[in-house]
Amino acid sequence: MAAAPSIWVHGELAPDGSLAKISTEVATLARSLGEAGGRDVVGVVIAADPTPAATELARFVPRVLAVTEPATADHAAATIVGQRLAALIEREKPAYLIAGAGPEGRDVAGVVSALTGWGVLVNAVGVTWDDGPVVSMSVFGGKLTTTSRLTGDYGIVTVRPNAVSAEEGAAPGTVEPTAVDGELTLPQVRVVDRVEAAGAAAPIEEARIIVAGGRGVGGPDGFKVVEELAEALGGAVGATRAAVDSGWIPYAQQIGQTGKIVKPALYLALGISGAIQHKVGMQTAGTIVAVNRDPDAPIAEFADVVVIGDLFEVAPALLTALRARAG
Amino acid sequence: MRIVVLVKPVPDTASGGERLRPDDWRLDRPAVPAVVNANDEYALEAALKLTEAHGGEVVLVSMAGPGAPDTMRKALAMGAASGSLVTDDALAGSDTVSTARVLAGMLKDTEYDLVLAGADTSDGGAGVVPAGVATLLGLPYLSYAAKIEPDPDAGTVRVNRISPTGYEVLEAPMPALIVATQALGEPRYPSLKGIMAARSKTLETKTLADVPVADVPVGGAVATSEVIGSEAPPPRAATRVIREPADEAARQVVAFLAERRII
Repeated sequence: MAAAPSIWVHGELAPDGSLAKISTEVATLARSLGEAGGRDVVGVVIAADPTPAATELARFVPRVLAVTEPATADHAAATIVGQRLAALIEREKPAYLIAGAGPEGRDVAGVVSALTGWGVLVNAVGVTWDDGPVVSMSVFGGKLTTTSRLTGDYGIVTVRPNAVSAEEGAAPGTVEPTAVDGELTLPQVRVVDRVEAAGAAAPIEEARIIVAGGRGVGGPDGFKVVEELAEALGGAVGATRAAVDSGWIPYAQQIGQTGKIVKPALYLALGISGAIQHKVGMQTAGTIVAVNRDPDAPIAEFADVVVIGDLFEVAPALLTALRARAG
Repeated sequence: MRIVVLVKPVPDTASGGERLRPDDWRLDRPAVPAVVNANDEYALEAALKLTEAHGGEVVLVSMAGPGAPDTMRKALAMGAASGSLVTDDALAGSDTVSTARVLAGMLKDTEYDLVLAGADTSDGGAGVVPAGVATLLGLPYLSYAAKIEPDPDAGTVRVNRISPTGYEVLEAPMPALIVATQALGEPRYPSLKGIMAARSKTLETKTLADVPVADVPVGGAVATSEVIGSEAPPPRAATRVIREPADEAARQVVAFLAERRII
């Protein structure tokens, strides 16, 4: 009997060509599903130079297909990667494709889904196996957790950052250079420039600790103490929409309904009231600590700890206490 | 320029009342007031600004339930010229595959230079439909736009796409599909004049039979995924309130974080 169809991992690239952190988590998750379901787990990296990311991915899964696709060097990658993935899926007949739920993973999942007709279980915060992936996702801003499955025995799953902790496999896997023939029929979008933004940080969705500021921070200068605390904790800086709309901090740092959804181990909220539009982006954090002058702020109802006080007094005191502890 | 904006009515998150139907775990839409999906409003605002600068008009395209016209009037009141809606019992419970196919079908009969869509919806949250629509129609796909600059004479459009380290400048021929983000700017409030004008704007309602979907079945009956359960997450422990001078409060917070092995 032929082996049951395999589980594929989309190996996403970080901007520097290395493997994106989310893919190490997706690969770890896929490996546990493969063990539970008796399925082979295969990574796929499609890039102008797939070798660095493929080699890294092979530390997590037993086999990685590395597809060299020169067009991604100067074109938007998702449409190209999605087409190549769909062609590979057609040829190799895996059952499932698991990708990150960030912008890249979503774009690729959308293209592959349209080309294959495969359904997508989105934004998994946990995946178990019961004759196929069973996905839990947090909906309505964390008010409910739903459990979903695919109706057929194939499909795509997108996984949120921090759903699992990345763990390498017992032994390094193999990297197999793989060719995919055929013309790229979808229009390619040219990248005419890549611009580094000043102060761009690691994606906040991946951060283990987030220190976030809201309207109470008062202005761009106020964010200095937020940044200092984030640095002292080894975390990332987040913000509310009010702070972003005021131009105090870039949109990439925004958490909430129209920003990022995050699930860090610690969310330290400074001067954030906790309005529903923000709450939906962060309430599944492991631990929430808030500093707010207003004891009636909504965040006081769902934080684990709330310090009632002036953030400009409490935050520096926190910095001092953290530094004293670090010795 | 003619710009199509894909819009979806979603339950108002501010109502806090969203729920699933207990029998089939589908979203109980009538239970909660509907609003235009917040991310779609950014797309609409960007489209309106582009037509103000370059001439032309904005048209709305939506696939939604029977209550959708009321919500779409709000988007028309912001300044869109007209709207087209497909609503059909057979589409209830559609997955993202069907949604992309139906929206692509709606666009086949439509003239446009650009299609704008929001990054995701506040109800389903999938964020995969715009890429699907672009793929099915063979349109250039430019996602996560922080800036949109069409050059109607050259027939091209440039987009600053937000990347993890800054942005990429993308360029494609029009027509193209662009995913909008909040970075494009705050949506306007409808003026009283806009609200009055919206009442007489054309809002065409179609059934599935009117939409040219390739000969594949669509709708709830062929959904590729299903919700099989739902539960409230375990409640968070009671909030510990610290009302101490800053130094003592900080000491207690650091001790708490150490106790939880976060630091």
